[in-house]
Amino acid sequence: MERVKLRKTGGEKRKLGIDLKYIPALSAIALFLAAYAIGGILYGERGFLSMRTFATLFTDNAYLGVSAVGMTIVIISGGIDLSVGSVAALSTMMLAYGTEVLRWNSVLMLIVVLLTGMALGAFMGMLIDVFEVPPFISTLIGMFFARGLCFIISIQSITINDPLLRALGKWRIRLPAASRAAAYVNLSVFIFALVLAAGVVIMRCTKFGRGVYAFGGNRASAVLMGLPTRRIQIGIYTFNGFCSALAGVLFAFYTFSGYGRHLYGMELDVISSVVIGGTLLTGGVGYPIGSLFGIMIYSVILKFISFNGSLSSWWTKIAVGVLLLFFIALQRVTVVLVKRSKRELKRKN
Amino acid sequence: MEVPYHNVPKDDVLPKTSNVLLEVFDIEKTFPGVRALKRVNFALSEGEVHSLMGENGAGKSTLIKCLTGVYGFDGGRIVFQGREIRPESPLRAISMGISSVYQEVNLCPNLSVAENIFAGRQPMKGFFIDWKTLEERAAAVLARFDLDIDVRRSLDSYSIAIQQMIAIARALDISSRVLILDEPTSSLDKQEVEKLFEIIRRLRGEGIGIIFITHFLDQVYEISDRITVLRNGELVGTYKTEDLPKIDLVTKMVGKNFEDLAKVSRVRSASPGDVILALEEVSAYQSVENVSLELKRGEVLGFAGLLGSGRTETANLMFGIDRNSGGVVRLKGTAVKLASPREAIRGRIAFCPEDRKRDGIVGELSVRENIILALQARRGVFRFIPLRKQYELASRYIELLGIATPDADKKVNDLSGGNQPKVILARWLATEPEVMLLDEPTRGIDIGAKAEIMKLTLGLCQDGMAIAFISSELDEIVRISDRVIVMRDRAKIGEIEGDGLNQDNILRAIAGGGAK
Repeated sequence: MERVKLRKTGGEKRKLGIDLKYIPALSAIALFLAAYAIGGILYGERGFLSMRTFATLFTDNAYLGVSAVGMTIVIISGGIDLSVGSVAALSTMMLAYGTEVLRWNSVLMLIVVLLTGMALGAFMGMLIDVFEVPPFISTLIGMFFARGLCFIISIQSITINDPLLRALGKWRIRLPAASRAAAYVNLSVFIFALVLAAGVVIMRCTKFGRGVYAFGGNRASAVLMGLPTRRIQIGIYTFNGFCSALAGVLFAFYTFSGYGRHLYGMELDVISSVVIGGTLLTGGVGYPIGSLFGIMIYSVILKFISFNGSLSSWWTKIAVGVLLLFFIALQRVTVVLVKRSKRELKRKN
Repeated sequence: MEVPYHNVPKDDVLPKTSNVLLEVFDIEKTFPGVRALKRVNFALSEGEVHSLMGENGAGKSTLIKCLTGVYGFDGGRIVFQGREIRPESPLRAISMGISSVYQEVNLCPNLSVAENIFAGRQPMKGFFIDWKTLEERAAAVLARFDLDIDVRRSLDSYSIAIQQMIAIARALDISSRVLILDEPTSSLDKQEVEKLFEIIRRLRGEGIGIIFITHFLDQVYEISDRITVLRNGELVGTYKTEDLPKIDLVTKMVGKNFEDLAKVSRVRSASPGDVILALEEVSAYQSVENVSLELKRGEVLGFAGLLGSGRTETANLMFGIDRNSGGVVRLKGTAVKLASPREAIRGRIAFCPEDRKRDGIVGELSVRENIILALQARRGVFRFIPLRKQYELASRYIELLGIATPDADKKVNDLSGGNQPKVILARWLATEPEVMLLDEPTRGIDIGAKAEIMKLTLGLCQDGMAIAFISSELDEIVRISDRVIVMRDRAKIGEIEGDGLNQDNILRAIAGGGAK
């Protein structure tokens, strides 16, 4: 009799047949499709649905996307990283200063920039793990440090004229689009795609990625289960430092300049995109693919405003705020639903 | 030859040395100011269930933590399968073959069942996790426990009992020879405990040595082969279960002939006072349905029922944590809306919650600060209680309730388990309540402290307080209550008082309506 009961517990039904924890991510996808469709209805005749517009959703915001992949991993682990905007700005500055003022080799500079981002990330991860400084504080330290360093290097905006960097930034391929307007995809989009694919594989198929989920689910358990917590913790922030630096490089490809005032507040855009994409701020649940849609929703809002023409671009912030509110509420509701279904389950037994 | 068990009394049973799995010689552990283990000896044989008994602060947890590498130890030796070991971390202990499963399931709720079993040691295919093998192997591992569940589902979609079995499965799959179960049954219901015991017996049959820690004496006698008793960090002795009657065990645990618990029983008050708090047909969303009851001055109203039957929910309603959607709550005859605990406190209702760690104790604060917390909350932030008054109050209740603390400024976290509920009790007594809601006040504390809490409860009642006493332990309820409300499935199913008030009748009431 007892055995039968146990089986029954295993066979409990899910609402709509899907795991409730997928709901936020799935709603992000639904919201993107809805927003895109509405844009098509409103501005369709002006090319909202064209391949060209669609491609710019990615080309304009690939740097945010790269950063969002790293941030997704950080947030899944139950942490937060406030330093990404500053580290990205530092990357643009180092790249510009290194190639233009110091006249270093640009490939060498790219490597130096990425390594610096990783080192900063590793340092913050170490603060968190070894000295038990909360992520909010340790990455705040990183944020001030990196931003300050930008202005120590130079208070000027430095234009990048290095031929290789210029070529990389301008490189693009034409998509076989049916419409009149030509659609292009640049290097940033390919790099974003690579980073996203790496993020998906890391989170799904490696011990490190699964360790990150375990971390976010229950840290104390992760320790008791014998997971290499220090390696995971430092790894998370090192990877995100890499993503921040890479985002800075892509931004430099986009603007051809290094400047300490670049990307102020980018971390907040990234965090909100990740949350909109279905990653739980409390950790443990989230998907890099969800963050892709978070970024695309963000891009579509920007497009709305540019197609409208008369709206102030600051409406983006308000729209993102409203969406965040909506998605946080949705996450809350999901959590409550999960709890309730559990309670019902308990009662049935 | 020196006998290693030099501090073992004569009536002890020495283990047969042939199949000894794990042996501890003269282990010493000192914390700042406390000698937690004093030259303790312990031996675990293959294929035995060995209960480790003792009151809070006896040294059970410390011993376990030394065995599992959570703490280092200061002296003595641990010999495991003939070799001396010194595990420096839980991870090392696990890899040696010593695993432990705690009351709280130490797994990750967001991961799948399969992943939880293999976290950190997933089968790999090249650089990547081989999910198919992982899931098949997880299913195979669980089959050993007759658990036929979907291993791909996340852990939190299963009940605590199943989660606990998954934790055991994980522990054993990492080639375990010694399994330590620390209060594994606290959050399980009777059937689930049976299931767990079935598994424990099977594992014993496979030659695994099991150390079992629990507060439930009946379970000790049901499952264990031998019992080791600790007291104040010292070994009292190791006994065969059948040679140690329950009363002797209790005596050895508390260190004196202990009949207090049996003596705690009350002269039922002839004429209970007027009704202070009444619920009339009260329902609440996701809580209880149509509960009516009256709480009278000078009586103890017991709440019996299984976990999840609505006992705690009723208390939450009476304290304004949950709001009633239907029915009327009357406080001294007037209908009131208890919208928040603040209002309940103002109405002189006090509440000692079930999960003290989470809902009651502020461990980082001192005993004094914990005690004045509720009083200060009622007075408001601006009417600060003078320090001198605070110390007066604190020392009064420390003395009254016999809280074992050197002074009022000790952090509550540093008190032993049995004293923490007393601090909460003191906090509410300081507000001079008329209604006291006690939700499992004796859970997880030792027998001595239990008896004290019960005696205190009765004393308060004699002073004219109305007390709601919620407990899973029926004998406690029967001993202490004037009337008992029996709950099942979030509804009140009966009320028992007078001569009919005994365990049989309550059990019958709980089980009775179940025959659908």
